[in-house]
Amino acid sequence: MQIQNVFKPKRLSFWESLNAWIFVFPWILGFFLFTGGPILASLVISFTHWDIVNPPQWAGLTNYETMFSDPLFFQSLKVTTIYALVAVPLQIVVGLFIAILLNTKIRLIGLYRTLFYLPAVLPIVSVAVMWRWILSRDWGLVNWFLSLFGVYGPGWLSEPEWALPALILMSLWGVGAGMLIYLAGLQGIPTDLYEAAKVDGAGRWAQFLYVTLPMISPVILFQLVVGLIAAFQVFAQPFIMTQGGPQNATLFYLLHLFRNAFEFFRMGYASALSWVLFMYIAILTLLIFRFSAAWVFYEGEVRNE
Amino acid sequence: MTAAGQPLHAKRKGSRAAGIDWVKVLAHIILLAGSVMFLMPFIYVLSTSLKTAGDVYTFPPEFIPDPFAWENYPDALTAMPFDVFFINTILLAVGRIAGLTLSCSLAGFAFAKLRWRGRNTLFFIVLLTLMIPTEVTLIPRYILFAKLGWVGSFAPLLVPGFFAENAFFVFLFRQFFMTMGQDLIDSARIDGCSFVGLFWRIIVPNAKPVFAVVAIYIIQNNWNSFLLPMIYLTDRAKYTLALGLRLFNEQYYSQTHLLMAASVFVVVPIVILFFFMQRYFIQGVVFTGSKG
Repeated sequence: MQIQNVFKPKRLSFWESLNAWIFVFPWILGFFLFTGGPILASLVISFTHWDIVNPPQWAGLTNYETMFSDPLFFQSLKVTTIYALVAVPLQIVVGLFIAILLNTKIRLIGLYRTLFYLPAVLPIVSVAVMWRWILSRDWGLVNWFLSLFGVYGPGWLSEPEWALPALILMSLWGVGAGMLIYLAGLQGIPTDLYEAAKVDGAGRWAQFLYVTLPMISPVILFQLVVGLIAAFQVFAQPFIMTQGGPQNATLFYLLHLFRNAFEFFRMGYASALSWVLFMYIAILTLLIFRFSAAWVFYEGEVRNE
Repeated sequence: MTAAGQPLHAKRKGSRAAGIDWVKVLAHIILLAGSVMFLMPFIYVLSTSLKTAGDVYTFPPEFIPDPFAWENYPDALTAMPFDVFFINTILLAVGRIAGLTLSCSLAGFAFAKLRWRGRNTLFFIVLLTLMIPTEVTLIPRYILFAKLGWVGSFAPLLVPGFFAENAFFVFLFRQFFMTMGQDLIDSARIDGCSFVGLFWRIIVPNAKPVFAVVAIYIIQNNWNSFLLPMIYLTDRAKYTLALGLRLFNEQYYSQTHLLMAASVFVVVPIVILFFFMQRYFIQGVVFTGSKG
C-alpha cells in the first residue's frame, strides 16, 4: 500500500487519525460483536452442553467425541465433500467452456451473456421449488428430455443414488456468474501473446493450452476456492427439495448442523460441528494453495521449461 | 465491454479461402443449443404456472397451456399474504442498503484515503474476515440476539448492517476510492473542507457506480437470503418472500400449478431489476471474481 502525493508529508495529523478512527469505528464494533467475538464464543460453546433455555454445562471434549460416533456427521461430511469435488470442477469446466465460446467475437454476444447469466441471479428458494417440479420423475422436464433419446429417467429426488447427482446437475444452471468472470479474464489476455504463438506455429488447441489456460489460471484458482467455500454452505436446496433424503443421500453439512442447533437445540454440539467445518475448509484451502504453484501462472513470473 | 482479447477463432488461411469460419459456426450452434437448455426450465415453469390443475400432469408435456389459466396467479397470491411478504422483503432491503452502504463506505474511505496508524493492520483483519464461513458465527449470533430478545423481529437482520458486517463491501469501496485522484482531496482540504464534508461532497458524488453495484448486490442477496431470515423471523407477519414461498411449498405441495405461479411471482422482481441494471450486476460479479 503506498501513499501517493502526500498532503502533509512530515507527520501523521492527529485530526486526520481521529477522523479515520471515527469512520472505521462502526466496523470495529461490528467486528467484535458479530464476527471476532462470535468466533471465540462458538469455540467456547463447543465445549459445553447448552439448549439456550437452561444454563450451559461444561462438557469438555464430549461434543467432539460424540462426532466420531455420529453416523450422520460422517454422512453429511461425505455428501458435502462429494458435492464439492464433483460440482465445483464441473461448474468451472462448463463456465469456462461457455466463456471461451462467447469470446469468439460472434454476434449476439450480449444476448447470450444475459441468457446464461440470468439463472444465477434468481433466489435460491424459487430455483429449488421450480427444480423439484423440473426433476419430477413422471412429469418433469429433465425426464421428458431424456425420453426423446429413449432413456427412461430415474426418480431424481426420490432415489438415493440419483438425488445428489440431481442437485449437482441443478447447480450447473447457475454457472453464469463464473462464466462472466472467465469472460472478463479472457478479454484481458493481451493480443500479442496469441500473435507470438501463431508465429511459432501454434494451432488453436496449442494456443488454448499454452496461452489461454496459463493466463487465466489465477482466476480458476480463485473460483476453485470460492466454489469450495460455497459448496460447504449449501442449505436451501436440500432443505426444500429433499429434506436431506432419501436415506440421507443429500444430508449436506449445514443441514445437519442446522438440525442440531435449531431443531434439537444442541448448541454445544452444533458449535463443535461448525468449528470442525471451519478447520476442514481451512485445510482444504491451504492444500489447494499449496499445490496451486504447479499449475497457476502469475504474470511477471519466469519459468525454465 | 471492450473486446481487447484475441478471439480464439482467429482465421487461418485455409478457412478464409473457404469463406466460412467453421469454428465460428460450431460456436454458434453450441451456444444456441446451450441457451435453449438454459431457457427451457423458465419456459416449462411459466407454462405450468398458466395451466389448469387438470392440465399440469401430462406426458409428454404441453408447452403451450390450453386454456390459459390466468387465475392461477391471483389464486396463489391470495392464498397467502404475498403482499405482506413482498413489503417485508423490500423493507429489509432498504434497511440493509442504508446500513451497509453508509458504514462500509465510511470504513472504505478511511482505509483508502486517510493516513493513520493501524490502518494496514486493521485492513488485513478486514481481508481475513472474508475467509470466515458464516456457519462459525451463526450460533453465537443467534444466542446473542435471543438473549437481547430480538428473535422474531427484523433487528438481527438489520442491525449488523449498520456495523459494516460485510467485509467484502468495505473492500469494494476501498478499492474504488483508491482509484480516485488524491489531487481532488488535497485541494478540498486546502480549501478548508472537513473530512466529513470531503466524504459527502467529493467522494460520494464521484463514486456513484460503486454505490449502485453495492446496492444491487444487497437487493439480490436479500431476495436470496433464506437461512438467517428463517432462524430469526418466527412470526408469519414478518416473513420475506423466500420464507413465504417455502411455506407455500409445504402447504400446497401437490398443487403444482399454484406453486409455480407463486415461484414465478417471487422471481419476477429480480428478473426485471436484472434487465434494467444488468451492467451493475455484471460489474459486481466480475469484481468479486478477478480481484482475488
